[in-house]
Amino acid sequence: MRLSNALLATALMVAAAGCGSTGSTGSAEGGDIKVGILHSLSGTMAISEVTVRDAELLAIEEINAAGGVLGKKLVPVVEDGASDWPTFAEKATKLIRQDKVATVFGGWTSASRKAMLPVFERNKALLWYPVQYEGLEASPYIFYTGATTNQQIIPGLDYLKEQGKKKIFLVGSDYVFPRTANKIIKAYATANGMEVLGEEYTPLGHTEYSTLVNKVAQAKPDAVFNTLNGDSNVAFFKQFKSAGLTAEAMPVLSVSVAEEEVTGIGVDNIAGHPVAWNYYQTTATPANDKFVAAFKAKYGAQKVTSDPMEAGYNAVYLWAEAVKKAGTTEVEAVKKAAGGIALERPEGLVTIDGENQHMYKTARIGIIQTDGLIKEVWNSGQPIKPDPYLKGYPWASGLTAG
Amino acid sequence: MNKTDVMNKADVMKKADVMKKAIYPILVGLLVVAAPFLMDAFRLNLLAKYLCFAIVALGIGLAWGQGGMLTLGQGVFFGLGGYSMAMYLKLQEGGLPDFMVWSGVEKLPALWTPFANPVFALATAILGPMLLATLLGLLVFRQRVRGAYFAILTQALAAALVILLVGQQGLTGGTNGMTNFYDLFAWDLAEDSTQRGLYFVVAVVLALLYLGARQLVRSRYGRLLVAVRDGEDRVRFLGYDPATVKTVTFAISAGMAGLAGALFVPVVGIISPALLGVVPSLELVVAVAVGGRYALAGAVLGAVVMGYAKTAFSEQFADGWLYLQGALFILVMTLAPKGIMGVIKRARTA
Repeated sequence: MRLSNALLATALMVAAAGCGSTGSTGSAEGGDIKVGILHSLSGTMAISEVTVRDAELLAIEEINAAGGVLGKKLVPVVEDGASDWPTFAEKATKLIRQDKVATVFGGWTSASRKAMLPVFERNKALLWYPVQYEGLEASPYIFYTGATTNQQIIPGLDYLKEQGKKKIFLVGSDYVFPRTANKIIKAYATANGMEVLGEEYTPLGHTEYSTLVNKVAQAKPDAVFNTLNGDSNVAFFKQFKSAGLTAEAMPVLSVSVAEEEVTGIGVDNIAGHPVAWNYYQTTATPANDKFVAAFKAKYGAQKVTSDPMEAGYNAVYLWAEAVKKAGTTEVEAVKKAAGGIALERPEGLVTIDGENQHMYKTARIGIIQTDGLIKEVWNSGQPIKPDPYLKGYPWASGLTAG
Repeated sequence: MNKTDVMNKADVMKKADVMKKAIYPILVGLLVVAAPFLMDAFRLNLLAKYLCFAIVALGIGLAWGQGGMLTLGQGVFFGLGGYSMAMYLKLQEGGLPDFMVWSGVEKLPALWTPFANPVFALATAILGPMLLATLLGLLVFRQRVRGAYFAILTQALAAALVILLVGQQGLTGGTNGMTNFYDLFAWDLAEDSTQRGLYFVVAVVLALLYLGARQLVRSRYGRLLVAVRDGEDRVRFLGYDPATVKTVTFAISAGMAGLAGALFVPVVGIISPALLGVVPSLELVVAVAVGGRYALAGAVLGAVVMGYAKTAFSEQFADGWLYLQGALFILVMTLAPKGIMGVIKRARTA
């Protein structure tokens, strides 16, 4: 009978855990506003997404220290998306229906956003998505605080064109962001007299790049446009370097490599290559000095800040501002109030476009330095109006039809 | 004591026996019917999801617990069922499915066209996996591949299917899979009433499959199956063909997984390669082991308990829930190698 007692204890433990979770049902008591934070804390995406969660928690802490929103404190409810898209949908439902959070900050991969989109639309709840993505989307229940394609990919191409790079080679992970990005790049190339010498995809998590690097070396492009994600970058840049290819002769422009990833890839392998984002740890704004100092104070001096982290950090402030303006956390009112809100953020002035719920953002091209940080070498001069469907680009008209 | 008294006593004994036997099914039945009144729509939806997994687990219980075939690739069959249903649901919206638009596909691929028909989609969801399992079974069991080799083979199949699905983005939605479904036979999937209905459908399907599987195990064929598990060569010497016996069971378990996949998609609202790879396939085998693989009820119980534990742990401890889930598995396996059902059986006989 000893065994069954132990088992009973286990069963009770499980039940207790379950009761605990149902016990927290209901809206926030008294002076609190619950907000959801939903990123992968386990699985392959955890390494990137945990940093965004940290930045969002920092923003919540700062806002609370300054008196909260509408006189109420923000209480974060953190859930783990586990790098698994169905889990993102499940946890989003839980945050909305059970915790009754006022809004959710979350997601990283396009797949996780696509999985959460129906949940937020059907429940008429609000999601703030902090990562640059492939565009061609404007859900009325999502605010996109990262760049859309005309604020990152197209400026990246403009930069290459300015540098006189006419022949390019496309390398990407096999999923929706690289494939859509490359579709746009090819249309841009045709319209701008550039030539795409090759287009190669590898599965997420792929680490064998000698064949691919050989192909690139033989094609002799002026530059490589890199949409690889995650670990693959480590292998790619290592093998690119050992094949004798250099940043001077053949720069690799990356759109998914930020400060956080540079450390993992190894500075030696990637220094000198360009990247395209809207924010770097070195971006010189008063708001950024404050952000970097606060982040290092809270999480450690060796930590770096990156574009998605900054976009997540901004999301909390932008939402709080919209709530203040609306005077309520009610979703439709917040959405209405959000349009036109402009804040000085670490990346510079960020304005919410009320029409498509994306942000006006300044595009910045940077070169990776030997200290692992990124130095800006080019920017768009002013914030670019978000254009997720690329309506303002005649050459892109074929992409969005359908 | 006269004759009628004795008869009465025997009758009473029989009645008590029947009562004792009936009490568990009645209790479970009551719980299933009461669930919608005890839980909110979100929790009920999660329960429906666990029950979908329980259907797969039932198939694993049959193949592994009774037939000794450790299948680590039930995700393949679950996925075939799920994708068939998802294709039907996607075609309900009219126009080209959303992910094809992003992927630059301009015309509906020929492979997709028949899936606009729900009968075809559902038939493919169940018969497709059965056919695949039959072919695989005939190929493999005739060569007397068993034990770890069979397990590895099924696992490799799951890994291969994931690569295939991810690589064909225009046809399958790639890593994203398919999501954002609206209607199932004109019922709005976002409505709580639709989800309640789906819950009952899943529960009834599970109950019927359970009763069918139990009948199968109790039949002569079932005894033969257990005999194959415990001494395949002896059964062969007796003049039976173990390959056929195993193939039939493997096909039935595959059909169950396919049907579970088809039910899972409208319940959960998404299908993606992540749901049918090696990890989810293993998770279900673990669930069956926790519940007790030698009893069909153990497989079902294990799937529900592990599904529930995953939800409860991850909600309570967003940071370290995976450790807790692992600890639960290790705890059960070391304290009760025959799983929860083994403990219940011992308690009953003690």
